[in-house]
Amino acid sequence: MKIDASSLRGELLRAHPALDVRSEAEELLAYSYDGTAALQQVPGVLVFARSTEQVSEVLLFASNRGIPVVTRGSGTGLSGGSLPTPGCILLCLSQMNRILELDPANLTLLAEAGAITAEIAEAASHAGLFYPPDPGSMKISTIGGNVAENSGGLRGLKYGVTRNYVMGLEVVLPDGEVIWTGNKCVKDVAGYSLRDLFIGSEGTLGVITKVLLKLIPPPAARKTMLAVYDDMENAARTVSAIISAKIIPCTLEFLDRVTINCVEDYASIGLPRDAEALLLIESDGHPAAVEEEAAAMKEIALAHGASSVETASTQEQAAGLAAARRTAFSALARVGPTTILEDATVPRDRLPEMVRHIQDVAERHQLRIGTFGHMGDGNLHPTFLTNEKDEEQMHRVEVAMKEIFAKAVELGGTITGEHGVGVAKKAFLPGAIGELNVEVMRRMKRSFDPRGILNPGKIFDLSPAS
Amino acid sequence: MHCGMCLPTCPTYDVTKNEKHSPRGRIALMRAIADDKLELSRAFGEEMSYCLGCLACETACPAGVDYAHLFEVARSDVERSGVMASPTRSTVHSLVLRGLFTRPRLLRLVGRLLWLFQASGAQSLVRALGLTRLLPGRLRELEPQTPRVLPRFSHELIRPVETPKEAKRYRVGLLTGCVQDLLFADINRDTADVLLSNGCEVVTPAVQSCCGSLHAHNGEAETACTLARRMIDQFDPFTSDAIITNAAGCGSHLKTYGRLLAGDPAYAERAAEWDRKIKDINEWLVEIGFRPPEAPAGHGHQEVREVTYHEACHLCHGQKITKQPRQILKSIPGVKLVELKESNWCCGSAGVYNITQPETALILQKRKIGHIGASGAAIVATCNPGCHLQLANGLEQSGSNIRVIQPVTLLAQAYKN
Repeated sequence: MKIDASSLRGELLRAHPALDVRSEAEELLAYSYDGTAALQQVPGVLVFARSTEQVSEVLLFASNRGIPVVTRGSGTGLSGGSLPTPGCILLCLSQMNRILELDPANLTLLAEAGAITAEIAEAASHAGLFYPPDPGSMKISTIGGNVAENSGGLRGLKYGVTRNYVMGLEVVLPDGEVIWTGNKCVKDVAGYSLRDLFIGSEGTLGVITKVLLKLIPPPAARKTMLAVYDDMENAARTVSAIISAKIIPCTLEFLDRVTINCVEDYASIGLPRDAEALLLIESDGHPAAVEEEAAAMKEIALAHGASSVETASTQEQAAGLAAARRTAFSALARVGPTTILEDATVPRDRLPEMVRHIQDVAERHQLRIGTFGHMGDGNLHPTFLTNEKDEEQMHRVEVAMKEIFAKAVELGGTITGEHGVGVAKKAFLPGAIGELNVEVMRRMKRSFDPRGILNPGKIFDLSPAS
Repeated sequence: MHCGMCLPTCPTYDVTKNEKHSPRGRIALMRAIADDKLELSRAFGEEMSYCLGCLACETACPAGVDYAHLFEVARSDVERSGVMASPTRSTVHSLVLRGLFTRPRLLRLVGRLLWLFQASGAQSLVRALGLTRLLPGRLRELEPQTPRVLPRFSHELIRPVETPKEAKRYRVGLLTGCVQDLLFADINRDTADVLLSNGCEVVTPAVQSCCGSLHAHNGEAETACTLARRMIDQFDPFTSDAIITNAAGCGSHLKTYGRLLAGDPAYAERAAEWDRKIKDINEWLVEIGFRPPEAPAGHGHQEVREVTYHEACHLCHGQKITKQPRQILKSIPGVKLVELKESNWCCGSAGVYNITQPETALILQKRKIGHIGASGAAIVATCNPGCHLQLANGLEQSGSNIRVIQPVTLLAQAYKN
């Protein structure tokens, strides 16, 4: 392996002496994983690209020789999207991280793909504007990664996801050609919307090098509430009732009983351990609207069986109430050495059924699964608390996952709301969307990437039987 | 789990944006070596040298990974493997770490000689004549940063047993440290004063050894254990209500004696009790409910007002002590605590890091000094001798008038007034 890496490095440097190419065993090892548990593969060689031109050089080189290319930002993905493939060029864009322009007149922000999402949000905030998508990894994930996976976040229900904020992309195609798709216009229907194809394509159709984002005015006020329920159904009914009342809150998050208890074990916030569900509700917008909405939602919650509803009156208190939801992942991660976070999603009204199914699956397979997530949009995070070194348990985890995904699809939902298919959910994709859908995707892939060098083996395989 | 939440908090990842130089990357290397998938090479040794050991990653980690322990084991493995061996390194490790820092009287003698060299004017002369050019490379670069040794060390300022004027509530041991003893004996005196003002009888043995933190963090595991045993022999944890340290870097390591000596039947029980009794001064004061001072610190136009606070890594990340120093600062009449931007970002001192990795240490120092300047405070408080020196040097070099003072010193001043 080491010999191959060195000679590949040598070849790359002969063709493009200015490229930053690494082949040392330790470095390649550091790039052999992303955020997904139990997946590891050392790349063939590592390249840090510092410009679109360099990305183009690498892709042309790879295309000519049929060498696979896997793109990576910070490597925090949860489905193996930036997991290397054997012998690949791992193309890391973390050094292409500048915010290039913030246009306050057109409300746009242009950034290199390696720019950290939290820094983009901060830049927007400094300019008195707002970039809403807030994936849990935003302090470290890159905008390029977010676009490639179409990342979501807690604000999804009201504000939408990453896709809704991408106005334009600079993309390098597999043979090194650079295209720009989209612009600063609010409306544009000139030709196919190519940028929409690249969003969520998980690095399989092109390498995103620049992102043009839409910014919006920030909400003037925000109000935070925490509602406690003895019955998950009531929590779900509350959510339905809130939407029926034509209120779209900024945040509508829930935690199940397993999660509540893990949070209490970890942070001793004072949550009731016997509660079946907690709802974190946040309303934002014009102050008068926020007051009205918050009051209405409190009434709805109480009318639908909430045993208590606490409203924060200061920012500090709000942080305190939100703490339960924010520490959920940490609390769950403390339980065992391996934490597998999934994101099966169902239509909002099927949520209680889905949660009950997950609890049932956990019991039957003797697994510990904590579920929390975005109740407002049906995006659940069933989280397996396990140990990857326990092969027997991992087998049961696999079976359990199959059952959960099957149920989600049965209820009209999806196997992944935010995290992407990558490698982790590839096997479940045909069952979830149907063979014809996958076949149409293959046709697209073949036409964009005839040599099949971009992130091969991710989302689906080129030939059905594998 | 490798979620990557540690990456944005890691100073070396921040500078390089290279996964290898991140906690997640380092752990992956350690794991690969442990699983025999990777050989322990010089590259690994260098990587572990590059790591500051600041433990910011521990604070960020959702899963509670004990990076401090992994770091110590890795550095120890590197040392034992000899991949970083060189004549200089062997000399420094045997003469300085194993030789000098295990012999408190010898260390004091060296300190005394350095004081003489400085106080007599000889150091100024040597510098003025440019004689420092005769020093070998690294030493020549570091020479200007040589700290000022004080004329009197802790044993000349503090009696072995000091009893409070009012009713005695507690009996505590006071650790005077090694570097702290030579350079900041006055802070040890202030610590004793503050303890006395709060009903604590203070027991301060005249000759104390290094706690072994330096050794544990630089791969000398065996010597670290020897020093731990010596400490425990000197301060019986079963007859003290607490054993006080005022050096954050030491405090963090001191609290691990239980694990260090768990396998030694002669010390295991005492070491476990030691862990329960060892307290950082800020931690202890808040725990016993310290008496809030009635007068401000300083006099007249020197009265202490705007103070900002730099958090020593081993206090905030290593020991999770963040509220207590702030509480103490805020309790002093007239003090306005201004929060420092990136208050818990490492200053670059990191033990002996500015000797082993001067370029990175400088980058971090500049970043920190920049924030301190921007805070608008006249004083920056910190709770660690290493940080103290790093900040003082950096502020001096930038031509700033901002002073570095430790919270316990401010409290002692306020009590005196």
